[in-house]
Amino acid sequence: MSPGRAVITGAADTAVGELPGSTCMGLHAEAAGLALADAGLRPGDIDGVLCAYSFSEPHLMLASVFCEYFGIQPAYSAAIQAGGATGCIMIMQASALVEAGICRHVLVVAGDNRLTGLSRDRAVAALSEVGHPQFERPFGVTVPALYALVAHAYMHEYGVTPEHLAAMAVASRTHAVRNPKAQMRVPITVADVLASLPIAEPLRLLDCCLISDGGAALVISAPDAARDTAQRPVTLLGAGQKNTHEHLVAAPSLTNFGCRESAAQAFARAGVKPADIHVAEIYDSFTVTLLVELESIGFFEKGEAGPAALDGALDLGGRLPCNTHGGLMSYAHSGAAGGLFHVVEAVRQLRGEAAARQVPDAELAFVHGDGGILSAHCSLVLGRS
Amino acid sequence: MAEDPARLLPVPNADTAPFWEGAARGELRLQRCAACGQAQFPPRAICVHCHAPAPAWEAASGRGRLVSHTRVHRPPSPAFKPDLPYVVALVALEEGPRIMVNLRGVAAAEPRIGGALRIRFGPPGGAHIIALPYAEEDPVQR
Repeated sequence: MSPGRAVITGAADTAVGELPGSTCMGLHAEAAGLALADAGLRPGDIDGVLCAYSFSEPHLMLASVFCEYFGIQPAYSAAIQAGGATGCIMIMQASALVEAGICRHVLVVAGDNRLTGLSRDRAVAALSEVGHPQFERPFGVTVPALYALVAHAYMHEYGVTPEHLAAMAVASRTHAVRNPKAQMRVPITVADVLASLPIAEPLRLLDCCLISDGGAALVISAPDAARDTAQRPVTLLGAGQKNTHEHLVAAPSLTNFGCRESAAQAFARAGVKPADIHVAEIYDSFTVTLLVELESIGFFEKGEAGPAALDGALDLGGRLPCNTHGGLMSYAHSGAAGGLFHVVEAVRQLRGEAAARQVPDAELAFVHGDGGILSAHCSLVLGRS
Repeated sequence: MAEDPARLLPVPNADTAPFWEGAARGELRLQRCAACGQAQFPPRAICVHCHAPAPAWEAASGRGRLVSHTRVHRPPSPAFKPDLPYVVALVALEEGPRIMVNLRGVAAAEPRIGGALRIRFGPPGGAHIIALPYAEEDPVQR
């Protein structure tokens, strides 16, 4: 492993989908326990905790709430809230804590029973609150509507078609079919996506992520502390962030977003380039999110990702196997845990644990999270040690 | 759009009150910085371009062009259901900043990116006398 660089020593997620009887903190505790067991560590070994946010059990101090519930009193704890970028930002922050010598083993944990604990209508309403209270929400925006505005602008500028968007959903589902844990495992076609219920044009139901119950956790360790753990370590080779706006009405551009800079930072720190990456797990709240990020980060030229995906570029054996667990559109989306599912999958790929969906000899993985309306971005490059 | 308290009509604050006062009179207002000359929206206590304090308010042309649009079929709350499907749009104002509105008329039926639009206002209403802006086709503008 690289000297001085943080190591991911534990990674796990709970069952996902519709989990009757689950609670937000129960999912946190289950995921944390699984990640600790994966690392071969005990709760008392954890000296740092990073939590995110919850819709079903919101609290001003979620990290304190979790530590109390789980029965640990770490030397450091904090909660991070940056929407879909939260998962990657937690990993970046945890790595900074261990690399600075402040912590030895940081537990990163998130979970929510967003499906059974909230109702679909309440989830949609709660999410729409990211809109500007005076200059967006009065016009009836939802998160899908805001991403749809990006979609039409991007399609207009780069000749992207609804079929190209649909190809993102089909690619995710193709992977999910191979993943026994995925929430949606019935194969779909481009025609199925185009025939699904319109939500906010051009986005249709199958262009959108799921609403799920579930939790995920990772342990990030200092390089010397990682020697005490059970698994083949995965090193965080580079991370980067960029925020350009919060509200779409104030975004500097509708076709260029911060993912380009956040990824460039992560690649530069890791000393690699997009073409070196063997497997990518990229935030896919909507088909357009994934398409824009694939092209902005540099994996594909502008306007190229859709046609490439239609030709299987995102599948196993393709140019860039992407969202091999099924992503937010077919695996699951449980709030901040949704972004952590991408990280957990990257770790599994690098350890060679991904079974039927394994990318052969995957040594370098890229993970990206996006919060708000392509507002906050965080990118990670992970490597097999 | 129908009147309904569940729509959470804007509650003006010190940053935004001049905008909504103008809106209630049918006037689109923007801030312009005396130091650097740039216009901005949404309103702020400082200039987002040069960070000088207290940008001044001015009446805007109300002219702009369509940047993007979406026809919404699934609303954020039941209060918007009577209007389904409705069109949300981003309009680039002639002065530079972008504004979000609903489209009406021909502009809503056949939205065309780059098409000329004019910002209008609905009837003022509610506890804070709010008139929401909307946009319609502008046959005069070329």
